[in-house]
Formats: sequence, structure tokens, C-alpha cells
Amino acid sequence: MEAQALHIPDNVQYQELKKFIEASRDVPGPLIQVLHRAQKIFGYLPLEVQHFVARELDLPLSKVFGVVTFYNFFRMDPIGDHIVNLCLGTACHVKGASDIIKVLEKELGVKVGGTTADRFYTLSTARCFGACGLAPVMMLDEEVHGRLNPQKTVKILRDLKAEAQRAAEAINKEEK
Amino acid sequence: MSIYRTHILLPVDEGTVQAGVFEVKRRLESELQARKLQKEIKVLESGSVGLVGKGVILAVYPDRMYYFGVKENDIPRIIEEHLLKGRIVAGLAHAPVAAMAADQTGARVGLTREQRRVVLDKAWTVDPKNIHEVLAAGGYRALEKIFSDKLSPEQVIEEVKRSGLRGRGGAGFPTGMKWEFTRKAGGPEKYVICNADEGEPGTFKDRLILEGDPHKLIEAMTIAAYAIGAGRGFIYIRGEYGLSIERVQKAIDQAREFSLLGKNILETGFSFELEIKKGAGAYVCGEETALIESLEGKRGNPRVKPPYPVTHGLWQKPTAVNNVETLANIPAIINNGAGWFRKIGTDKCPGTKVFTILGHVEYPGLIETDMGTPLREIIFSFGGGIKGGKKFKAALLGGAAGVFLSEPLLDVKMDFENLKENKAVLGSGAVLVMNEDTSIVDMLFSIAKFFAHESCGQCSPCRIGTQQILQIIYRLRQGGGKAGDLETLLQLAETMFRSSLCPLGQSLVMPVKSALENFKDEFALAISQAEK
Repeated sequence: MEAQALHIPDNVQYQELKKFIEASRDVPGPLIQVLHRAQKIFGYLPLEVQHFVARELDLPLSKVFGVVTFYNFFRMDPIGDHIVNLCLGTACHVKGASDIIKVLEKELGVKVGGTTADRFYTLSTARCFGACGLAPVMMLDEEVHGRLNPQKTVKILRDLKAEAQRAAEAINKEEK
Repeated sequence: MSIYRTHILLPVDEGTVQAGVFEVKRRLESELQARKLQKEIKVLESGSVGLVGKGVILAVYPDRMYYFGVKENDIPRIIEEHLLKGRIVAGLAHAPVAAMAADQTGARVGLTREQRRVVLDKAWTVDPKNIHEVLAAGGYRALEKIFSDKLSPEQVIEEVKRSGLRGRGGAGFPTGMKWEFTRKAGGPEKYVICNADEGEPGTFKDRLILEGDPHKLIEAMTIAAYAIGAGRGFIYIRGEYGLSIERVQKAIDQAREFSLLGKNILETGFSFELEIKKGAGAYVCGEETALIESLEGKRGNPRVKPPYPVTHGLWQKPTAVNNVETLANIPAIINNGAGWFRKIGTDKCPGTKVFTILGHVEYPGLIETDMGTPLREIIFSFGGGIKGGKKFKAALLGGAAGVFLSEPLLDVKMDFENLKENKAVLGSGAVLVMNEDTSIVDMLFSIAKFFAHESCGQCSPCRIGTQQILQIIYRLRQGGGKAGDLETLLQLAETMFRSSLCPLGQSLVMPVKSALENFKDEFALAISQAEK
């Protein structure tokens, strides 16, 4: 990337990240914790952010990139407002997670890893959340939904969407 | 501090939160207040009770009465009937009123069945967020004992060695020896690490300890640090465990405030700093050297062993890496002595083991019982048997890196030695039960997919082997099996076992081999059907 990209972008997000990096300078091996924070701030880790982290921590970009691509948790693509994360662990598998994934793909019209056109949902999968007793399980953002069946799954997604639409309409009305 | 006549415990975990435990709690508190009972009856949040999928669970102490599937609207009835009149609300009660309290043999099942709890003794009877309660329930007593009895680090290690405690992460290595090696390794700088990267599918035992009794872990790690001579420790918790991270952090802060952690602990001159490191979702990081790499902020590629972490661990310094459950045994061993601990469980594997029972059982959840408890008892007594009156077909022990067992092995005793003799493993303690309708070919496919996804790619036997095995099983499952496929599968798995760098690649042989051996007919059928 060109030199100008390395200048600290003058926005709050980068400033927040910079502050976190400064605070963790004395901690040995801070890269993963810094990336966690960066993803929390930006929602994902585009190359530009990785560049910034690499420079601030005085690490080669290849190392940052290597870590980002190694771990499941880190993303390099922007995501929707909400993440649907279905567990495909053994316990969920035996309870029919593979049917749920089909339902999710059909309902959202995207494949695993994809984001809906309206950027509302991103569909993702994971291996075991440790909530196996509730199998099959998905996490919608931070919240666990268990004992899924096709109807329940669809309802959860539609309910959240409807709620968001109502909220948006309410705001619109107020503005008018 | 006021004295209450009754305590109501509301276990908080993923399942009960989803079922609305906080709504129930709010309603309970407001109803108690409306009846001016708030000074008589105390409502507490506790750690998970270990039983899942039963909705909000409400326990009344000292009556030891459990209500399952409690809804907000049930609250007035429970207050009026149980708390005021002392009558059990039969429709909601779990035991002994409900029919499920007795199985055919008359033994009590599920939650009400007697469990010996060493590791999880406090996990659902105290509020883990309140250090006062933890202290009152005996928390940090072992740490105090070490200092007040002036036990030397060597004496602590000796006690742990004599207890025969073995690592509960899967490998079963004697904990006392690990500590001794770390202590004897040179240099002033040492570390103690708690492996809380619980990623084995079907396992959530560590989560219950982290969320239900985080202070026990802190106490145990401080003891470990004292024993091996470490000044700093890390708890590596997987990123998905949000509540665990929150609870442990809170416990660390409280312990520090009470001088049970940090500088000059209990004014003894001993200092120990402990912090949480959040994992980022990689199964391989459960392997100790990969975990160490990850702690150093790198890709979680396992290291070549030897040297082992006890001499060359974090930042190449001597490091003791222990599993959460292993550590959770330490305070009880110090408090009650090695002799007491040895009386529990079997000769070669003393103590208890936490098992997670999952799949097609009546009561999925978590139990703690003595090492050496027969598998049959775990599935049929604790787990309540197969759901819906179906037949038992298979159990997968130890998660994805585990072993498929069939009916003839149901009486195997669940401990490291006995399972090994039967070509099985204890692993993480996960027991995934499958009924007669389950396809083992399909299960093995799911496991192969898991391994192919989680292989870190560093060494070629694992990187390539997992893909090859996945392709063959995929073909088998789609009805495209060929003669010789099973032999190839075994050969690939065996090669991976012999040549992979770390336990991830070495362990795929276990599910593959056990599935092929114990369910030979099913695989043979898959091939013969394809050939027709």
C-alpha cells in the first residue's frame, strides 16, 4: 500500500484502536487481543486496518495477515447487521443441523459465508459453542437459540427483521 | 448481613437465559416485594445446574426442591403455595413428585440422582459473582491452609502427586509430575496457564466451572503458581464463551480486591498476576503448544515436541499448562488431603470426572461422578436412557477426536485405564448417544468434515490426510463406495496417526477405526449397495 494509507486516518475508529494499542504496549504478544478489538470497532478487518495494526505493533504485514486468516473468528469482508452462526458440531449434527443449514440458506438466499443483499444478515457456521444440550443450536449475534427446527429457525429470522423494520418505520414517522 | 429463611436459586446458563430466567427473576423479585417477603426470601443467580433444555430452573433451599420449565406466570403460584404454605406445586415440580423421578430399577435419575461433586460442588449453590458467598462456602480455604500451615512448594507438589490426580484435558498425564518438572526446570521466570479453550465438540464441562465457580479456578492457579514458582499466569478462554470471560474477569477483580491475588497475597510476600486471554476460534489451539503460540500472539501452529512446555513453554520459559477441570480438583485435594482423594474413583484414576451427556437421551446435560462409573449407568441412569423409547445404537466418547462404541461395550468402566484396554478414550468426557435411527457413516462424515476444517495445515500428513479421508467418506455417504475404500481409510488414518505433528492429526484414527470396526456391517452395506 502507498505511503498515504499509512498515515493515521483521522477518524474516531482509528483513534480508538490506537488508544487500545498504546495501552497494550507492555503486554507481550498483544496481536490477537488487538485484532479482537479492531474487529469490534470496525466490524471486520480489511487490509487497511491490518496495515495499521502491523505498523503500530511494528510487525510485518504478512504476520498480521497470517494470524487474521488462521482464526475462525476474524473476518476480512464486511458483514451484515446481524450474524447468524449455526453450529455444525457433532452433537448438533446428530440432532439435524444439516437440515437447518438448508433452511437458513433458502430463507436468506445466500450460501454459508454470504451476506444478504440488504446487508441485514450474514450466514456463518461454527464448530461447537459448548451449548450442546440445546442442540441444534445457532447464535444470532451474541444470543444462543437452541432446540431449532425449520419453522422455529425461520420465525426467529423473520421476527428480528420485522422488528427492525418496525423500528425503522417508527423513526421515519417521527422525522416526518 | 441478614438471615433468610429460604433461598431461591436461579441457575443462569445459555439454556435458561434463552428460556427467560431474567424475566422470571424480575417477576419473582417484584412479587416477593409486593408480599413484603424480600427480607425473608433471598433470590440468587447461580451457575448452571448441568441439566439443559428444561427451561428456567428454580431451586428452593433448604427444601432442595426443583421446579422446571418455570414461566413468569407460575411465580405467584409458587410463592403462594410453596413459599407461604409449604406445599409443593406438583405440576411444576421435578422430584420426587414427578413421574420421571424413578426409572425401572427404582433408582433416581437425572438431576435428582445422587452425584458426588468435587469439582462442581459450589457451581450451582453459590452466586459466583459474589466473593462473600464464595468465601463463606469455603472458597480460598486451601490457599489459606497452604500459608497458615506453612506448606512449602515441594510439599504442595508432593500432596498433588500422592493424590494421583491426572490431567482431565484428555491425555491423563499426572498433574503432580507436570508441576514437579516445571518447578525443577531452571530460570527465575515461569508461567502457569489454564487451558480453557474448550473446543471439543460435545463438551461444555469447563464452561460450567468457569461460569459457576470461577474463584475455584483462580485459587487453584494461585496454588499452582506457588508450587512451581511462577509469578504470572494466563487463562486462555475461547472467544465464544462470552459469559465465561465476564464471570472470570469479575472474579479476578474481586480476588485482587481481597488480596487473594496480585501483589503480596494474604501478606505472605507471594505475588501472582493472572489475566485472561481471549482465543479466536481455532480447535487446534486446545493443543498445549498451539495454545502457547496463540498466547504469544501468533498463528496457532503446534510446536514439535520435545522440548515440552514444562521446560520450554511460553516465551520459551518453563510453563505448566493445565485443563480447567484438572485445576478445579486442586483446592479439594489440599483441603481434604491426598488420601481422601484416592478413595474416590479407581486405583489408577482417582477422583471424579465431569461428563457431558448428549444426543438422543432423555436428559441431556452434565454430571459429575466417580471415575470408573460404567458407561451404561451414565447413559441409562444419569441420562435417563434413550429418548422416545428407541434403541441404543452407539456412543461417541470424547468428542470428535473420540471413539464410537457399540452395545457390547456398554459396561465399560469410564476411566483412562479401562477405556484404553477397550481401545477407547475418555477424552474430554463427552458422551454423545445415538439411537437406532442414526447413520454411523453420516456421523463419521461430520467428524471428517470437522477435522478437515480444523487441520491447521502446518504438517502435510494431517493437511492432506484429512481431505482424503473426507472425500472417501463423502463418496460412501452419497452411495458411491468402492471395494477397497475401507482399507484405504484405515491406512490413511494410520499414516496420519504415525506421522502427524500434533494430537489433532494423530487422533482422527480413533473415530475412523472404531466406527469401521464396531459398525463393520453398516460400512460394508454402504459399499455393496453402491456396487449393485
